[in-house]
Amino acid sequence: MKKMDFDRHLLSKLGQYLILIIAAIIILFPIWSAFNISMMSDTEMGAYPPIQFPTGIRLENVKRALTQAPLGRYLFNSVVQSTLVMLGQLITSSLAAYAFAFIDFKWRNIFFLLFLSTMMIPWEATIIPNYLFVQKLGWTDTFQGLAVPFMATGFGTFLLRQFFLKIPHELKDAATIDGCSHSRFLLTIVLPLARPALGTLAVYSFLQTYNQYLWPLLVTNNPSMRTVQIGIALLQDEERLMINIIMAGVIFIQIPTLTLFVVSNRQLIRGLTAGAVKG
Amino acid sequence: MDNNLSHNQPLSGRVIKQKARLSGVQKRSIKNFFQALLFLSPALILFILFVFIPLFRSFEISAYITDPIGRLAKFVGFQNYRRLFETPDFINSLKRTLIFVLYTVPTTILISLGLAVLGDLRLKGISFFRMVFSVSIAISGATASLMFLYIYHPTVGVNYLLSLVGVHNMTWLVSHKTALMSVSLTAVWLQIGLNTVILLAAMQTIPEELYESAMIDGANGWNKFVHITLPMLSSTFFFLLVVDILAAFQTFTPIHIMTHGGPLQSTNLLVYSIYREFYFNGKFGFAAAQSIMLFFVMLILTILQFVFVERKVYYE
Repeated sequence: MKKMDFDRHLLSKLGQYLILIIAAIIILFPIWSAFNISMMSDTEMGAYPPIQFPTGIRLENVKRALTQAPLGRYLFNSVVQSTLVMLGQLITSSLAAYAFAFIDFKWRNIFFLLFLSTMMIPWEATIIPNYLFVQKLGWTDTFQGLAVPFMATGFGTFLLRQFFLKIPHELKDAATIDGCSHSRFLLTIVLPLARPALGTLAVYSFLQTYNQYLWPLLVTNNPSMRTVQIGIALLQDEERLMINIIMAGVIFIQIPTLTLFVVSNRQLIRGLTAGAVKG
Repeated sequence: MDNNLSHNQPLSGRVIKQKARLSGVQKRSIKNFFQALLFLSPALILFILFVFIPLFRSFEISAYITDPIGRLAKFVGFQNYRRLFETPDFINSLKRTLIFVLYTVPTTILISLGLAVLGDLRLKGISFFRMVFSVSIAISGATASLMFLYIYHPTVGVNYLLSLVGVHNMTWLVSHKTALMSVSLTAVWLQIGLNTVILLAAMQTIPEELYESAMIDGANGWNKFVHITLPMLSSTFFFLLVVDILAAFQTFTPIHIMTHGGPLQSTNLLVYSIYREFYFNGKFGFAAAQSIMLFFVMLILTILQFVFVERKVYYE
């Protein structure tokens, strides 16, 4: 009797794993197929029926992609842009979040609502004036044009404020009595304690900026200032380019963010669920 | 601290000190205000320059006809808005966007719910599967669009695999009848990661006792899912509904990479149409009017979400 229960239990577990594996295969299919194509030789590209599993590791496709387009340069541009945005958001958000969490000032709630309201204004609704403004500043094809408009976020301020509020207020009182200024308290006590929240904001903002498309498309014309997402999309317009080379490029530019995704999965997920799940 | 000091004052002295103390409090509150402003100012200045002023400028531009490089040329009031609804292209693009929302939003939420239920199983190695189910978070719109572009490719794409199971000659992006559906599939795949992560997080906040007491009452897995899990997730579903509708309204990258709005305008979604009107046709006023429409759609949805979630909090 006991043995049968055990068997049934095992069977249902196996069934569950089977469903999980099938679901995982379907979800991963687009990435798998890109990887598969990126490993094909030029002759294999013409095969019918098409080849479903790589016959070997062909890194020369990545090399060819890198010679066809300066993907390395594009990658550099994207990393610089994303790092600038990340640093900007960390600085502006922690300063603002500090004021909201630790300073008791007039109209605090009104200012806070003003910050939150920026999350409700779709970027696309302001894109035309922003495009004209950045052009007028002479910021087309510059890193400041790519990064500065995104250096403050309501989301980041909100995220850090929630974390700062959990820091015991007695700490602040003790520091005030010791004559510790706001800026020193922020630098020496609050920020070290808030490292997890800062990590979340850092990963989240980096990933979002790295994946941007419409804004870099508008404000970069010079090939040397293109970001990697625009660069990869332009590969597609090169008529003579084989699909295996384009897919090798796709895999190449996905590797940094996929790595970031795996390494900092917990921080990232905390960021994504911050606004969504209460408690 | 002021209070502590004044406690020790003799009664007569306190009245005299009252004035001085009040102004001390006022001084402090002014000092606090300016200190806070100092901390807020970096973000505030950026918001003013890149969010608030541009939003008003969008309204302003939408009331003008501009020259081809975006300088205001002639005030026309609401004429751009009136023209929107007389232009078949805009009506078409609004229609296609609504169809796109209908194609993508329910599909995304249903698939993600399935994946979240799977990811919530108590099994060894489940965190690996959770990571796989949320992988599209790390994929950019551009690379996903290119991946799908070649999944739809007639020779190297998925058509051969489909023919093995009896589905022949899918036209995908080539025909105006299937193009929007094909783009939708890409958008769904891209959005599944975020939805699954949020649903999984919400599922983990459901108290275990609810399931335990249901089990004592003899409820099976399906009963528990329908009577506990789904109702407990209702505010999360609403949140996702809003987030996904907004994401659908803002879709641009897959259109720009996969279809350029075609064939026969069948995938000319709102943001792509805005982009084309101002960037290529130089019709800044007309495009701004479209972006203001987008703003109002977003505003209404966000207000709805606030009203719903606030009420939900009360009920709990």
